[in-house]
Amino acid sequence: MEGELALLGKYIGAGLATIGLGGAGIGVGHIAGNFLAGALRNPSAAPSQMANLFVGIAFAEALGIFSFLVALLLMFAV
Amino acid sequence: MATEPILEEAPILEEAAGQCVNAHGGAIGMPQLCPEWIPNQVFWLLVTLVVMFLILSRIALPRIGAVLAERKGTITNDLAAAEELKQKAQAAEKAYNDALAMARTEASKIVAAAKADIQKDLDAATARADVEISAKTAESEKKIAEIRAGALEAVDAVAKDTAEALVAHLGGKVDPAAVSAAVSARLKG
Amino acid sequence: MATGTEEHAAEGGLAIHPMDQFIVKPLFGDGPVHWYTPTNVTLWMGIAVVVLLGIFVLATRHRGIIPSRLQSVAELFYGFIYNMVEDVTGHEGAKFFPYIMTLFMFIFLANMLGLLPMSFTVTSHIAVTAVLALMVFLTVTLVGFYRKGLGFLSMFWVSSAPLVLRPVLAVIEVISYFVRPLSHSIRLGGNLMAGHAVIKVFAGFAGAMGIASVVPIIAIAGIYGLELLVAAVQAYVFTILTCVYLRDAVGEAHH
Repeated sequence: MEGELALLGKYIGAGLATIGLGGAGIGVGHIAGNFLAGALRNPSAAPSQMANLFVGIAFAEALGIFSFLVALLLMFAV
Repeated sequence: MATEPILEEAPILEEAAGQCVNAHGGAIGMPQLCPEWIPNQVFWLLVTLVVMFLILSRIALPRIGAVLAERKGTITNDLAAAEELKQKAQAAEKAYNDALAMARTEASKIVAAAKADIQKDLDAATARADVEISAKTAESEKKIAEIRAGALEAVDAVAKDTAEALVAHLGGKVDPAAVSAAVSARLKG
Repeated sequence: MATGTEEHAAEGGLAIHPMDQFIVKPLFGDGPVHWYTPTNVTLWMGIAVVVLLGIFVLATRHRGIIPSRLQSVAELFYGFIYNMVEDVTGHEGAKFFPYIMTLFMFIFLANMLGLLPMSFTVTSHIAVTAVLALMVFLTVTLVGFYRKGLGFLSMFWVSSAPLVLRPVLAVIEVISYFVRPLSHSIRLGGNLMAGHAVIKVFAGFAGAMGIASVVPIIAIAGIYGLELLVAAVQAYVFTILTCVYLRDAVGEAHH
């Protein structure tokens, strides 16, 4: 019974942890959207900023990955 | 906590099944977190990376770098050669245009000279013709004057003769000098 | 946890085992997996090496001024990575070009080969990506201290911030510096693992749905296209982040 309760807690916790990925999604969408807005204003400068776009997306995504990691750890490692 | 039951079960399962694989060959938990496989993965990863690094750094990258440099050099040389040829072509065109312009000038000079010559000849001929014409005119006028003078003298003589003959016929005494004077006076009158 | 999975597998029914594709198996026999045992990890890394040899050695053996198709592929990779390294890390960082090229080609080939049906994706294993990320982390740290001495620590001291905030920012910078290898490795491994698991889950649906399985199969086709993009983009992101980290070590301070 106690073990099942712990299992329940783990699953609920893992599910809650994945909510963090939504934040990463918002962040990535924000970066991509702003990049597109800027690129449409000044299309000639856009290709030179592609690297910065990817780096920004990667950094925003990293924080979501932590919550993903927490979810995985809860599911499989704890 | 999750690992404990697995460890307890492991001896019960077949020999093949390890810590992370169940009796049916399915995964237990996340295969990524299975500690049993990590040394194997790390070892083969390092081997692969070393092999790839050696392939790339010893063979592939210098080769591709050389090919790219050579291509760049070839393109630069070709462009330079093309530029040179273009300049040569431009020089040839310029020479051609110069020659053409010179020939044109020469031709127009020749034409002008020829025109001048012809004009000169023409002028000379015209002048000669004018001189001849005026000479002939003067001669003709002189002749006409002579003829006229001759005719007047002839009229004079005929008048004197006629007057003498008339005087003689009328029975007068002919005094030629007097007749002549009289006739002259009448003719002039 | 473990018993739950087993019971579920034994039940039959909707048999979806999205994680089974990540199991490391010995190539020959069923023995235990020692550190030297040739496994499917070995096989697929070996295939990646063979493909690398094909593109970069076999295809370029003529050194053609006018490249063949495969040679121009190799030149494309060369130019792409070389420009990235030079743009991001500057001229000093160009020394690290073979190293970064190795990382990129390994990740790119492993990701792409992993998308073949029945294949094994070595980059979906955290152990593999963690080693790659730790190598980058150690390289950056060692090179930074070697080239700049203790001046390397000045990158944690944000001199453009107000003085009051600087200690706080320094703590944050130090934490984010040590978290780098974690995010660096989990980004790659997590993306690959999630994509492959999703494809497998949809494939499980297709097996159970009879005639209606057309829907998950179409979905798999779409996700597969997305995974192709992810495979390329994650290799690119891993590489460009390596360049960004290296810039801290070799470039002039940009804070």
